[in-house]
Amino acid sequence: MKPTDVKARDFLAINDLSIGFRGRAGTMVPVLRNISLTVQRGESVGLVGESGSGKSTLALSMMGYLKTGLKVIEGSVSFDGIEMFSQARKSLETIRGGRLALIPQNSGQSLTPTLRIGAQIAEALKLHSSLAETAHSARVTELLSQVRLPDPSTISERYPHELSGGQQQRVAIAMALAGEPEALLLDEPTTGLDVTTQAHILELLRDLARDTGMAMVYVSHDLGAIARVCDRVIVMYAGEVVLEGSAKQVLRDPGHPYARGLLASIPQLKDTHLPRALDGRPPAPGLVGNGCAFVDRCVIATENCGTARPELTQGPSGAKTRCHHADRVDEIPLIGQREVHERNLPETISLNLDDLTISYARPSLLEKLRGRENQSTATVDAITLALRKGETLGLVGESGSGKSTILKSLAGLLPPLHGTVDVAGGTPLPARVEDRSAAQLRQIQMIFQNPDESLNPRQTIAQILAQPLKLYFGLSGEALNERSAQLLEQVRLGVHYLDRLPSQLSGGEKQRVAVARAFAAEPDLVLCDEITSALDVSVQAAVLELLDDLRRENDTSYVFVSHDLAVVRVLSDRVAVLYQGRLCEIGPTKDVYGETSHPYTEVLLGAVLEPDPDFSPTLSANDAVELSPPKAGCPFQRRCPKRIGDVCDTVIPPRRDFADGHTIWCHRENLQA
Amino acid sequence: MTVTTSYHRPRRLARFGTVISDILARPSGAIGLTLVLGHLVLAFIGPFIVPYDFTEMNSGLMLSKPSAAHWLGADHLGRDTLTRTLLGGREAILVTGIATPLAVLWGGLVGIFFGLAGGRVDEVLMRVVDAFLSLPWILKMLVLIVTFGTGIEVLIPTLAFFYGIPVIRIARAATHDVVARDFVQAARARGHSRGTIIRRELLPNVRDALLVEGAMRWSWMLLAFSSLSFLGFGVSPPTPDWGLMIADARGFMSFSPLGVLAPMVGLSSLIIGINLTADALAKALGIDRAQKAPV
Amino acid sequence: MLLRRLGLGAITVWLVSIIIFVGVEMLPGDACTAFLEREAQGKLLENCREDLGLNRSALVRYADWAGSAVRGDLGVSANGQKQISELVGYRLRNTLLLASGAMLVGIPLALFLGVVAALWRDKLVDIFVSTTAIFAMTIPEFVSATLLILVFSVWLGWVPGIVLTSADAPLIEFFPEVLLPIAVLTLVMTAHILRTVRSSVIETLASDYAQMATLKGVPYWQIVFRHILPNALLPTINVVALTIAWLLGGVVVIETVFNYPGLGRMMIDSISDRDLPVTQAIALIIASVYVVVNLAADILTMLANPRLRTVHMRKG
Repeated sequence: MKPTDVKARDFLAINDLSIGFRGRAGTMVPVLRNISLTVQRGESVGLVGESGSGKSTLALSMMGYLKTGLKVIEGSVSFDGIEMFSQARKSLETIRGGRLALIPQNSGQSLTPTLRIGAQIAEALKLHSSLAETAHSARVTELLSQVRLPDPSTISERYPHELSGGQQQRVAIAMALAGEPEALLLDEPTTGLDVTTQAHILELLRDLARDTGMAMVYVSHDLGAIARVCDRVIVMYAGEVVLEGSAKQVLRDPGHPYARGLLASIPQLKDTHLPRALDGRPPAPGLVGNGCAFVDRCVIATENCGTARPELTQGPSGAKTRCHHADRVDEIPLIGQREVHERNLPETISLNLDDLTISYARPSLLEKLRGRENQSTATVDAITLALRKGETLGLVGESGSGKSTILKSLAGLLPPLHGTVDVAGGTPLPARVEDRSAAQLRQIQMIFQNPDESLNPRQTIAQILAQPLKLYFGLSGEALNERSAQLLEQVRLGVHYLDRLPSQLSGGEKQRVAVARAFAAEPDLVLCDEITSALDVSVQAAVLELLDDLRRENDTSYVFVSHDLAVVRVLSDRVAVLYQGRLCEIGPTKDVYGETSHPYTEVLLGAVLEPDPDFSPTLSANDAVELSPPKAGCPFQRRCPKRIGDVCDTVIPPRRDFADGHTIWCHRENLQA
Repeated sequence: MTVTTSYHRPRRLARFGTVISDILARPSGAIGLTLVLGHLVLAFIGPFIVPYDFTEMNSGLMLSKPSAAHWLGADHLGRDTLTRTLLGGREAILVTGIATPLAVLWGGLVGIFFGLAGGRVDEVLMRVVDAFLSLPWILKMLVLIVTFGTGIEVLIPTLAFFYGIPVIRIARAATHDVVARDFVQAARARGHSRGTIIRRELLPNVRDALLVEGAMRWSWMLLAFSSLSFLGFGVSPPTPDWGLMIADARGFMSFSPLGVLAPMVGLSSLIIGINLTADALAKALGIDRAQKAPV
Repeated sequence: MLLRRLGLGAITVWLVSIIIFVGVEMLPGDACTAFLEREAQGKLLENCREDLGLNRSALVRYADWAGSAVRGDLGVSANGQKQISELVGYRLRNTLLLASGAMLVGIPLALFLGVVAALWRDKLVDIFVSTTAIFAMTIPEFVSATLLILVFSVWLGWVPGIVLTSADAPLIEFFPEVLLPIAVLTLVMTAHILRTVRSSVIETLASDYAQMATLKGVPYWQIVFRHILPNALLPTINVVALTIAWLLGGVVVIETVFNYPGLGRMMIDSISDRDLPVTQAIALIIASVYVVVNLAADILTMLANPRLRTVHMRKG
């Protein structure tokens, strides 16, 4: 084959593609509008967008696949010259999994529950490789090792539900590699995984791309992940491409208002500003007007933007952008404006935890008889910390760290095994909600992670807000309405929301209602359980801003739980790091995120990804998931890269105090990074 | 800033209206609802529109074929088949119409109560319920009927009692489902009393599942009622009842098939109508009904 | 796990026996009043009761009955003449003939039709099958039975509409009379199972892993047989068990309609005749079968569903 032939043809080409579904009125509602893009052999391209941008639909269309109900309105998709939407199923079957493979978003759901791992990978081998059946077993083991799974022969015999999320994702990658594909499609492959796991998998993907020369199309909302893996980045909004360029161009200095807004709304470790929120939400499919889709949320929009749809035009730098005012995008700042200063807080303690130990396991009758109720494998063990009035304490840790468990206990929903909680003035706080006084109930409020779940779907917003107002203040009638409206205003929602049902609100709006509900009680302490994790990136910033405003006005303390270190840093005065339910480190934010750290904190911080293509994370520990804490010694003993020796396994680490109340529990003397 | 205070009223009525129009939008729902309403209307106006007295026996007309005077002919005792068919559903609808809400009410309350109680008590109860459900329905009912007689004062409580038991399971499952959700935990954390949580958080969410189950219960109950009448343990003659009519006319099927066909159409159309409506109702309320137990 | 299920099954049967006993105690009169009928009063009644041990307390009588039942001795009938085990033997056999006939035809048919209806959803096949299923499910068994008799016996004359063979005749003599009863039972049973199979398959077709298999390039029929069916058919095991349980009740009506000499008919007769020991015995048998069937279904589900099996092994 002549070299020019190969070069002349784009490996993956999408030409003016529009996909949609038939709406209620009978008209076609577009989900993707006039998408044109190309991918060359060996290239890694990122597709960035939030929910509703159509990125998943686009990725799947590259395989010639449409979800039920979707149709191609116009345009075409070709893979190495082959028109995907005009192929017969049989020929598509040869390509899918063979030359072009998909790594799905939620591998746990995408692996067939009744088939063993080995069998599922062998199926791919049978379909797409010329290997003899007798050689399959060996090749499966090889593939599982290639994705860095320890003990591949055992994993091969397991069923999908027996593996952790990270392991399932690696299996999906192995399965995709079985056909020795020329290109990989990755649909949000690291969503829902722990920070360290995510970092490791991204490294694996990077290495694979480099070693095999596969082209990669990486779909994600996570700019940090995209920065790590992709050479070129395409940003999508409301079903169309709004920005396209090299990773550096798009991620350092984006040429489109949306992309700039998106970047500005992401909390970053190196930045001490509160990220700037992007107001509003993307238009629903079919509700995009005649003009630019972003016009309602754009700060540099003019009247023209509302009536004329901009074209995708190439700028001087080589990047393509869809904006009437591409020359003015510099006006949009890339970082937040509001500084989060170190606050001077009074020394009054508002919450004191002493030796709090909590366990989910109910001791069986047998265990009770033997007197072995309090084994040291409690979910949360011996937590002692204090919270000052008006302070925000961040609790960080990965899955299994026990941070949500602690919140539930503070809220009175899960009584501890032993240990006490005191509130202001040394008054003990009863462990169970039922035992608490009305005042105590009012003072501590909780906001939950998933806004879809924390609001009663059968109640209007008015009824939802009325609950705490009636319960704590006995409001009714006109006074109730006035106060409800006031609360909504505080969270920047209009009065007309009162009559709506939760199903009519977006995720961000629902979470604001949840915040309003919590503040309706005029609490002293608000417990925040991963409240931004279920929201789109650009919406998270709005909620963080809101929390900051409210605490300034009301002098409220927060216990803020999150797995996202950047988010925690932005809001917290002090941070506590948890591993397997035990405290590793606690102290002022600046110090915890600084040079002197507990080994686990170091691992966590090293794994955080920045949306900067030149940034590379430091991976020190492996990403094994531990099911339960060790019976003795330091909780981090099995994964610690800075282990000293046996003492870590047997003796509980001593407390080491540094300046400003910064404490680390570790056997090591030298804790500099 | 003025805020309206009367937003509660429109909400409830509006929802009811939406659900009904949703049901009517589906062909199955439209047919079903029409059939059910038709039967209900017939049950009320029946006595006023029938051409004859249902007890009137005319020996000369025994098993006669359809004629101008008797559109569907006559049965083996010379009674007009059309009259008896039109009136054949009244007793059944009366009995099951009262027994069904009773069954859903008592089964629902018990199910919710035990769903909330949890623990040992809950487990023991479910064992007892399972044991109970393992007996064939007909045996259970016959024991009570034979003991206390076959009047409607016996039939209504009997049917309500036995058909409430499966509702216990449904209500318990729905309760377990709802209680685990965050908004209930949030209400608990706020310190609301148990009663308030049940009333405001639980009931509105369990209500829909119970409504659909109630519709299905009605159709099963009609089935049971007509089977009992067929076997001779339900309605007493000479009350016209479809089940009883089929039993009586069976022996004469070869001479006068209409005697069985007419009541069959009456009974089937009502039961099918209820089923179609229940299906459409489930879809309109968004309830998943993969499991349909034949009890 | 297994032992726990067996234990629960045994407890259920025990609870059932108590319920039966209590239920029967509630019935007015007892074996003696039924036997002596009009003469049931005064000294005669007392003597009869003493003879049959009916003057002992309820608890003692229950223990006696339950104890004997476990050993296979179900006591004697009200008139003290026949061993219940003997009486019941033939009837049980006949009912099992009906039930197994219905299951052998019904279950495979239901699985097949359910899968077909789901794979060709909303096409003509599906509409036809689903509509027929709805009809068969909702119409009472005695109606379907009567209808089938009307069509196949009265009008077409293909099969007899009533069973005249005696209870203890050899099984072969029941053909072809047994065909219609089995047909009716099959119809209703198939309809129930079919609907569940159909919705289960439809749900599995929409699952993430079915989509993944497509995107992996697996041919359609391989996806159906290897990925879809094993998952879709898991929940149907329970429905099949439930339907078999229903069968035990529904068979009563069918036996009455066709005059079939089975266990169900016997139960109805015994209640009418106030032959309480027989009623108790039959109820116990039926309930035990139900519990056993459910147990088998539970065990089968455990074996077939890897998630249930392996959780048990990975305690941690």
